[in-house]
Amino acid sequence: MSTEAQKLSQPVTAQKSSLPWLVLFAGWIVPGAGHFLLGKWVRGSLIFLSILAMFLLGLGLQGKIYVPNTADILDILGFLGQLGMGMGYFLARLFGWGASSVLITLGDYGTKFLTVAGLLNIIAAVDAHSLANGRKAS
Amino acid sequence: MLTHFSAVLLFALCVSVVFGITQRSEPKMMVRFGAFTFACLVGAVIVVSWLMYAIKH
Repeated sequence: MSTEAQKLSQPVTAQKSSLPWLVLFAGWIVPGAGHFLLGKWVRGSLIFLSILAMFLLGLGLQGKIYVPNTADILDILGFLGQLGMGMGYFLARLFGWGASSVLITLGDYGTKFLTVAGLLNIIAAVDAHSLANGRKAS
Repeated sequence: MLTHFSAVLLFALCVSVVFGITQRSEPKMMVRFGAFTFACLVGAVIVVSWLMYAIKH
């Protein structure tokens, strides 16, 4: 039987867990899902609502949905930003949501909304990953 | 109909919520940082708008 002092002096073995990566992936696919998996319901809900609202506003403003196969560097960067939306981006491509090019003035705003929604989702997913691996205090 | 300013307010609100949650650890500090981010975004828009007005006139 080990004493409390002996327990404390034992080296802590690093536990390999797939949870942080699962949380990161889930947070990327569905906004806030990473926080939901960690039991952070309020944070997850606020993130989900905020990012979904930005995405829907972007679509409502007829923002452009970028595709990966153009040679323009700005298009590629826009695509990477919007890819951060995860499932939202794939659904938009699948169902033809958004515009293929900016046709009205507000469409430019819509494109920014869509791209920033994707970037915010990446930040949120990384935050959930940091919470899961203990890098960030909860 | 969404005006330019209401679009800015919605943009700032959504961004500040996510920034507040992700950039701070304590709930109180999250609210404070979120409010700070919102004020900075909206304040910057108002200042830049008046600057553009002053340049034109």
